[in-house]
Amino acid sequence: MTAVVDPENTSSAPGVGAGSNDAPPPPEQQAEDRLRGTLQKIARGDLLVVVMSFIFAFLIGSVLIVIADTEVRETFSYFLDRPSDAFTAIWQSVTQAYGAMFRGAVFDGVGYSRVADDLRAAGGSGTYVLLPALAAGLRPLTETLTVATPLIIAAAGMAVSFRAGLFNIGGTGQLIVGAMAAGYIGFTWDLPIVVHLLIALLGGLLAGAVWGGIAGFLKARFGANEVISTIMLNWIATYLLFFALKTAAFTGANQSQPTSPSISDSAVLPQLLGSGFRLHAGLFLAAGAAVLLWWLMSRSTLGFQFRAVGSNPRASRVAGISPSRTAFLVLTVAGGLVGLAGAVHVLGTEKRLTEGVAGSIGFDAITVALLGRSGPVGVVLAGLLFAGLSTGGRFMESSQGVPLDLVQVIQVLVVLFIAAPPLVRTLIGLRRVDHPSTGARGRTARRTMAGSTSTSASNSDSTSISDSMSTSTTSPPSASSADPGTSAAGDLPPGSTPEGSPGRSPDPAGRHEGAHRDPSAPSPDAPSSDSSPRTAPPAGDVEDPTDATGDQR
Amino acid sequence: MTATPTVAPDDSEVQKKVTDERPDSWWHLPLTTTVLGLIALVFFGLRGVPGAESSFALAREGDLNPLGLIPERITVPSIGGAVALAVIALAASAALWVLHARAARPRPAARLGLIAVFAVSWILAFMTWVISERALDVATLLQGTLALAVPLAFGALSGVLSERAGVINIAIEGQLLFGAFGAALVGSLAGSAWVGLIAAPIMALVMGALLAMFAVGYRVQQIIVGVVLNVLAIGVTSFFFGTVMRQNPGQFNSPLRLPTLRIPVLADIPVIGRVLFEQNILVYLMWIIVAGLTIALFRTRWGLRVRAVGEHPRAADTVGIPVNRTRWINVMLGSAVAGLGGATLTIGTGVAFGEEMSAGKGYIALAAMILGRYHPVGALLAALTFAFADSLQLRLGTMSAAEGGVSIPGDFLLMLPYVVALFAVAGVVGRVRVPAANGVPYVKQ
Repeated sequence: MTAVVDPENTSSAPGVGAGSNDAPPPPEQQAEDRLRGTLQKIARGDLLVVVMSFIFAFLIGSVLIVIADTEVRETFSYFLDRPSDAFTAIWQSVTQAYGAMFRGAVFDGVGYSRVADDLRAAGGSGTYVLLPALAAGLRPLTETLTVATPLIIAAAGMAVSFRAGLFNIGGTGQLIVGAMAAGYIGFTWDLPIVVHLLIALLGGLLAGAVWGGIAGFLKARFGANEVISTIMLNWIATYLLFFALKTAAFTGANQSQPTSPSISDSAVLPQLLGSGFRLHAGLFLAAGAAVLLWWLMSRSTLGFQFRAVGSNPRASRVAGISPSRTAFLVLTVAGGLVGLAGAVHVLGTEKRLTEGVAGSIGFDAITVALLGRSGPVGVVLAGLLFAGLSTGGRFMESSQGVPLDLVQVIQVLVVLFIAAPPLVRTLIGLRRVDHPSTGARGRTARRTMAGSTSTSASNSDSTSISDSMSTSTTSPPSASSADPGTSAAGDLPPGSTPEGSPGRSPDPAGRHEGAHRDPSAPSPDAPSSDSSPRTAPPAGDVEDPTDATGDQR
Repeated sequence: MTATPTVAPDDSEVQKKVTDERPDSWWHLPLTTTVLGLIALVFFGLRGVPGAESSFALAREGDLNPLGLIPERITVPSIGGAVALAVIALAASAALWVLHARAARPRPAARLGLIAVFAVSWILAFMTWVISERALDVATLLQGTLALAVPLAFGALSGVLSERAGVINIAIEGQLLFGAFGAALVGSLAGSAWVGLIAAPIMALVMGALLAMFAVGYRVQQIIVGVVLNVLAIGVTSFFFGTVMRQNPGQFNSPLRLPTLRIPVLADIPVIGRVLFEQNILVYLMWIIVAGLTIALFRTRWGLRVRAVGEHPRAADTVGIPVNRTRWINVMLGSAVAGLGGATLTIGTGVAFGEEMSAGKGYIALAAMILGRYHPVGALLAALTFAFADSLQLRLGTMSAAEGGVSIPGDFLLMLPYVVALFAVAGVVGRVRVPAANGVPYVKQ
């Protein structure tokens, strides 16, 4: 430690400080370092961030529940006399709400035991009890899957546009026109059984593609910002649906109600678990959409162009890919997928058009795609999760009186927390992972610095949340060396200046420059004691090779 | 130039060549106006309701109207009026053709003037057609326009403030919603709309702080943060609306209204008097903030620094301007302004808070800001345009109940502001110069 501090404080030549640290550290210290390195890796890991994001989101959700609960507020009126009452009330209101959420989303334990008891009372035993009881218990899970189906398809569409660097906020509009087209074909045309379904699905897909294509055309031809044009198209589609549901073509005989007739049986997606459950064959389409997303983005030429334009439009133009044509194609493909989601929703779940047919799927799909980091597996998992939260939330609303909006808040908070890993680490007291100088001691700090200099300030996980996951999951060693780069260079509070420039290039010239500058210009916002571990690049840099090998081992 | 004197011996020639180059798309604008003018001529004029009359109510009893200078109402035959106006519009577009064909780069003043003539006559033709057999109170229409423009203008100003400093502000919707929520909640608790007026910007600061924290502090993609924060705002306000406010609306969500401040003599001027000088304090505040912000952004040291941070943060940093602090401050200021816009929705119009009551106004404000070229005055004008579409929609919606005449389905009228915004953004945005560092987080080296 002292050897590291010395070079700057005595303002000696950089070579002296580096020389004193040239010798490899003793073996026991190395072992300790490795242990600490592992701990750091865990602390920096994405899994921890994801888990903690959920915990924080649910904690904030509990705060909202508590504020909204009248009983809790009553107990607070005599808080000083009997504080235990207040805590009991808080605990009860929160656990009941979340318990109901779980019961509504995954497994209905109460329903399970009730059916089992009934059957036992009627004299059943063995599988005669188990199967119907399980069916009752798992009903919420099938509901979750049903809700997840359109969400995953729509999120796959969103993911396509996000990967191409386009922010398609027009999920709602594309979903509505897809549902309108599919519904119209479904209840007016008269076609053979399989053909009808396929044509209805295709109609929804095409309608969504056209709606997305409008935004794409405006972007490609006039350079209109797709965020605004897709949002405007959302409203236009919404009012178009309202209008359509007032015309005879869409309402059929009963023109007073703003609902369409039911989809004819030949166009309905078949039920998977019999008529008692809503789960339908759209689930396979959802799986197909995820596979399509993977194939399109990772295996096809078109997807390569999409990604190329997304990461660097100028470079892709040089390479012969037209960004404006690509923008049009991206929004058409994305709109088509979202339109398909609308078709699946109306042909499988709703079976008729209503004014609120799209619900919040369009916007939820955005958050699902963001949470899933626009990858196929992520989209499926995030879609299932969000569907579970919203079906559970619906049950919570009906049984506990906690509004469904709580679920929306929790979903959004999860996305926000996951988008900013440094925030989560700060909240759980692992701030020093991002700010090595504040809590780290000696070698750990230097090692982090060495890692950071090797990657020149790659701010991968903070600039785009879709990138960070892919880099860190595929190659853990590179991730562990890339993260400190981000954290050290990137996550200082906005006012302060990262002294010691961890993002500086690791070449000797840069090192000299840094070492010369540091003593001569002691910057006002970094006290010397605090800056000592940070201004260690000379020592750290020399150790760089050994560190790199150590990491890989 | 000095290096290659043989190629271009004279500077002026080069200059001339550059200016003479006609943009490929020069015919877009005249063609569009011609097509629109023909539509007006055929649909509004020739295919109008035969024998119907359209009347516009202007002055009122008791207005300051010497010698009846402004008539109480103007009544014109629907078809004749619409045809005449459509012909004027077509003449304007013909002039545009001539203007563009003669000079490669026509004088902007002449061009804008012709466009204005076209727009006004086209809209009047449309109105003459649509109000056949009925009367339209122009002052009420304009008053509604201004009232509806206020939240849009405040939202757009919020956008101007933060985007000029380089932070994309999609979260205007959330800021409006939080402002509306804060005004209603705190105002009701205190029992005074004035307290609500103070609470609205403070509440909206929460949104601003979150936006700044994630976009500036943690450098998350700014559009993502904005969209997600909007959903968060809807979620949080709807949650409290569904629980606390619904349980006890009297205590937490009562409809309060800021008093209308009438400026004595000026308010008696026919038509525009009531529009400009009989409004609540938020409208007057809007004028003040637009003027103040224009001066501050373009005439003060602060404004120069803000724009430097938005255009070239590295250069700004080099000369000692704290980039991220400037961005923080501007995002916070912007959200406070948007909070005032939110207050317009509740205490400004005298209604209680409702779920998702901003209803996409934040996004239209965003479009207004872009249409207004990131300039406060431009943003105000764009907001007024959208608000006019909205106000017309409202007037026509209420008038449709009357007998006879042309009726447009209400849903298409509701679509109107969004369609206008879509076309405006598509048509104008190509010529808007976005602050160079907009949306790019600044990493200090």
